[in-house]
Amino acid sequence: MLEKAFKGDQRYHRWVLTLLGLIGLGFACYLLQFNKGLSITGMSRDVSWGLYIAQFTFLVGVAASAVMVVLPYYLHDVKAFGKITILGEFLAVAAVTMCLLFIVVDLGKPMRLLNVLLYPSPNSILFWDMIVLNGYLLLNIVIGWNVLDAEKRSVAPPHWVKPLIYISIPWAVSIHTVTAFLYAGLPGRHYWLTAIMAARFLASAFCSGPALLILLCFILKKFTRFDAGKEAINKLSQVITYAMIISVFFVGLEIFTAYYSGIPSHTHALQYLFFGLEGHRKLVPFMWLFVILAVVALALLINPKTRENEKTLIPACVAVFFSMWLEKGLGLIVAGFIPNPFDVVREYTPTPPEILIVLGVWATGALVLTLLYKVAVTVKEEKMG
Amino acid sequence: MEAGRRGFLKLAGICTLGLAAKPAVNLLWGDHLEAAQVSPNPGALAGKKWAMVVDMKKCWEKGKEGCKDCLQVCHRVHNVPDVGNVKEEIKWIWTEHYQNAFPGQENEFAEEVVKDKPFIVLCNHCTNPPCVRVCPTQATFKRKQDGIVMMDFHRCIGCRYCMAGCPFGARSFNYRDPRPYVKQDLNMTFPTRERGVVEKCNFCEERLAVGLLPACVEACKVGALTFGDQSDPKSPVRKLLSSNFTVRRKAELGTQPNVYYII
Repeated sequence: MLEKAFKGDQRYHRWVLTLLGLIGLGFACYLLQFNKGLSITGMSRDVSWGLYIAQFTFLVGVAASAVMVVLPYYLHDVKAFGKITILGEFLAVAAVTMCLLFIVVDLGKPMRLLNVLLYPSPNSILFWDMIVLNGYLLLNIVIGWNVLDAEKRSVAPPHWVKPLIYISIPWAVSIHTVTAFLYAGLPGRHYWLTAIMAARFLASAFCSGPALLILLCFILKKFTRFDAGKEAINKLSQVITYAMIISVFFVGLEIFTAYYSGIPSHTHALQYLFFGLEGHRKLVPFMWLFVILAVVALALLINPKTRENEKTLIPACVAVFFSMWLEKGLGLIVAGFIPNPFDVVREYTPTPPEILIVLGVWATGALVLTLLYKVAVTVKEEKMG
Repeated sequence: MEAGRRGFLKLAGICTLGLAAKPAVNLLWGDHLEAAQVSPNPGALAGKKWAMVVDMKKCWEKGKEGCKDCLQVCHRVHNVPDVGNVKEEIKWIWTEHYQNAFPGQENEFAEEVVKDKPFIVLCNHCTNPPCVRVCPTQATFKRKQDGIVMMDFHRCIGCRYCMAGCPFGARSFNYRDPRPYVKQDLNMTFPTRERGVVEKCNFCEERLAVGLLPACVEACKVGALTFGDQSDPKSPVRKLLSSNFTVRRKAELGTQPNVYYII
């Protein structure tokens, strides 16, 4: 089946070449980092995790797109999702691949990566995150590939795939929960020390992942003969609406607890993000952009007229995706380190090579996604005749 | 015996499972070998739970103003680099203002006695260390015999989870190769570090092993730093703790710091 990924028109080849170019650029910057150390990034003694770990955290959420189509289809028999489960699963594969790459590029000693397996440490949440992420990657590759292969040959998928599908549903919840626990269990990082961290991760995942999936469906409709169908898009946009409302509500809960209690350590990070702290305000414009995008997204999604109209649904999905990226892929991780344990604000600005490495990893994910979607769509197009 | 393809595959499968089972069994029931385990030296200083009492009053009243003996000797004997910028600073023991060392404890009209005065800070060698809890490779670990929180520089993968976990900012990461930045003569008896690993104060375990007190304690001319075994009621540390009011940094977080302050 894989050979289908290598046959395409000129536009397809140009797109793949562009991605390869970006990957090459990112890889060159990574070689620089490999030789000079993480010194070439904007990270510091105080903000010791930056854009890499923030992207990782956000992309764990995107990987959830799979469960939001798989669960309704297999547990509630929502037939409309039958056509797009494969898209959700392959999006999960690409997202988890990026997650793993972001962890690797963040390591100070990447060649010692396997120490995590040589000295397994169940007390570390990172150990469990390694297990759940790799497991989820494997599950989605195996499920997606076998179901697609069966579709190609017009037979039922092998019987052993069904239990794997059922396992993949709680497994998707586990990747968010465990990733949230990475942060939520640390004493002294007050912005992260919140019991609803895992719930927040799930809510934001269930809107950002499906929002990207809708956008991808529209792209496929434009460039291929594959159409997800009006009903699937409608159902998915309802899921996004509820998840986005809950997500914004959860952020509101954090703000209430911090400001009404007035405990300084709880308000500091929020203060830094939205208003600036001790004159440091680098993230303030980004966080207000998050607020604006979230409001726009909610307005467009809650109103059924704009939600069901393709012309307004697309900007709504873009707004959901970027607002969640700003909140999770930028603010959440960086602000956890601000102020530092000495109550001093030391800001973080990513450097150009760091940003290019991030772009390179995103391009790698896009390439994986492109190749997998090319295979899936070609199979489906051949079926259509 | 007929060795068909099916039989061969089965056997190969069982063998593979067997290989995978060993690490799993080791993990659950095996003897865990601590990183950097060595046989003890008979002349070593022995203690069950090392602790330090920092008498800031003595430091300010009896010490010369601006004295940095304890800080300098530590960084010298441990080959701590001076990278020259705040962003990538490596430090094992240093000074902070009261409001930074004890955030949230400061009063608006602070007593003159603590205002603008330096406070010596270092790794607290917590009894319940979050850095050890979060480390995915046990590169940072709590030594069983005496409770020192130690680092294996050769096992650390540089994920910096311990830096996120430590509420005291005691850990530094080698963002670049530190060796060119070791300004003083190298101490050949202590390892230098490589780029990409985390480091911090080790309570001078290498000196305790040969019967010496920590370098900072030995260097202080006014005796502001006291080191000893907390589990021994007759130790100098216990005497100070029972006869003085002491505080610890962020004790409310439950990490049980083992560095105490007399103010």
